Amino acid sequence: MIEKAPPAASPSGTSTDTAPADSTPVGARPAGAPPGPGSRHTHLLVAAPGERARKLRSTMWLWLCGLSAVVVLIPLLSIFVYVVQKGAAGLSLSFFTELPKPVGETGGGMGNAVVGTLTLIAIASAIGLPVGILSGVYIAEVGRGKVADLVRFFAEVLSGVPSITVGVFVYALLVVPMKQFSAFAGGVSLAIIMIPTVTRTTEELLRMVPSHLREASLALGVPMWRTSLFVVLRTAAPGIATGVMLSVARIAGETAPLLFTAFNNRFMSTRLDQPIASLPVQILTYSTSPYEDWQQQAWTGALVLVVVILMLNVLARLGARSRIGAKR
Amino acid sequence: MTPPSALAQTPPADSIEPRIVVEKLNAYFNDFHAIHDISVKIPDRRVTAVIGPSGCGKSTFLRCLNRMHELVVGARANGKVLVDGVDVYDRGVDPVRLRRHVGMVFQKPNPFPTMTIRENVLAGLTLNGVKVRDSEALVERTLTQVALWDEVKDKLDQSGMSLSGGQQQRLCIARVLAVEPSVILLDEPCSALDPIATARIEELFSELRERYTLVMVTHNMQQAARVSEYTAFFYMGDLIEFDATERIFTNPKETRTEDYVTGRFG
Repeated sequence: MIEKAPPAASPSGTSTDTAPADSTPVGARPAGAPPGPGSRHTHLLVAAPGERARKLRSTMWLWLCGLSAVVVLIPLLSIFVYVVQKGAAGLSLSFFTELPKPVGETGGGMGNAVVGTLTLIAIASAIGLPVGILSGVYIAEVGRGKVADLVRFFAEVLSGVPSITVGVFVYALLVVPMKQFSAFAGGVSLAIIMIPTVTRTTEELLRMVPSHLREASLALGVPMWRTSLFVVLRTAAPGIATGVMLSVARIAGETAPLLFTAFNNRFMSTRLDQPIASLPVQILTYSTSPYEDWQQQAWTGALVLVVVILMLNVLARLGARSRIGAKR
Repeated sequence: MTPPSALAQTPPADSIEPRIVVEKLNAYFNDFHAIHDISVKIPDRRVTAVIGPSGCGKSTFLRCLNRMHELVVGARANGKVLVDGVDVYDRGVDPVRLRRHVGMVFQKPNPFPTMTIRENVLAGLTLNGVKVRDSEALVERTLTQVALWDEVKDKLDQSGMSLSGGQQQRLCIARVLAVEPSVILLDEPCSALDPIATARIEELFSELRERYTLVMVTHNMQQAARVSEYTAFFYMGDLIEFDATERIFTNPKETRTEDYVTGRFG
């Protein structure tokens, strides 16, 4: 595509290529043309017409690609640098151990929010991972054809639903009947956000497992379900683990659905039927407050959240590598 | 390998107790009728080669014997395949159990990439949730059977993918042997291997035939002539001729067989 010259250049480019060869009679070589068996053949050492422009375009595209790659790096790096600059000042042990202090008192921490975020991730993973992975196995291995297409379509639509809508939905589904905000409702809303991503990742990676492995297992007299779980899923496991960790990282930073479901809690709590604090909600509350030390804590909370997500990503990659790679 | 003098005395196929009896077997891919009314008796503890040009249905025939054929979407088969007197297409026969009895080796060596060499050998058992007692002895015995033990005994915990193609294929055969089948189906087992690895695998077949019934699809007629005692020639989904290998190659009854083995078509 790139090789095709823009419309303005192409007529001149092609005409200079062919015109002399066609119009000049054989033997009457144009002056300056290199010797060779007929003027139709271009000498290898002489630049063909349009060649300089082609090289220029090639270089331009290469630079454009490289520049875009750098642009991708800038936001992440600058977020990281900025958050560290602003947040590192508030980092201390007490940030992780102490509870928020009432307005006017100095000190205090986000211990409850750190524990709360971890609890919410655990609940969401406990629901979302099995459902997401097994439904991915269903689409890729079991329900081939129309049913699988339908499930895949719904998963795609679900992944496009705004997270605040999911929050409102779970509010109506769980919070209203239970008559209170709860960690469980928060976990469910995060699980709903997580499931489509996990399903699609699992499906795509299972499809990449070569079918001859499936056949090898079936030919050994291994039943279909064991083949799907212990051969196909296991072969795809490193890739799925990475995808899963990315989805966990995504829900770790979700704020909107939690406002309607887990709400917030000023105290340490791990009870499923009680409101629970979380880092994103705590950051929202503190950063919009007029108190300077709260704003400082919001930055520190943001730093902790970024580091937690970063660690999840690194763990995913290490876990993916350790199984058989280490034995090689 | 059997010397030519022994080959010349190969008794007719139906004089030997058959291990597999195929009666009027038909196989389809959707509307395509891949093999037509195949009837053949495959002798016990011999090597039977299945030859024929590409697309003649020989692989399909092989995959019908352990019901791997029906795993392809749109594929079905009817007719009778009696293994040790039991029709494998009978309602009461579980294809999973059948495949433990009738093992299969594929064209491309396919060890499980997530497993070590040791785990690969035991895969047919462990994947089925069987607790293997004395697994060390089983691994050594099966790897010795396929003449791989000396080459891998010091690296049993390495990935099966670290082996060469020929070693991988022998590992795959060991994996089949560990399940203790009585029949082993081989779908062009050497076509992805170099001549030296091929020679080693062929040597292995001549040992395995003392205990197992081998059915081998091959594109390589020299291989069929070297390794097998009986040969079936397939053409366009029909079984044209089935006889002792040396008769197929020296004095076939059918002109189509003669044309094929002499290279006049195919």
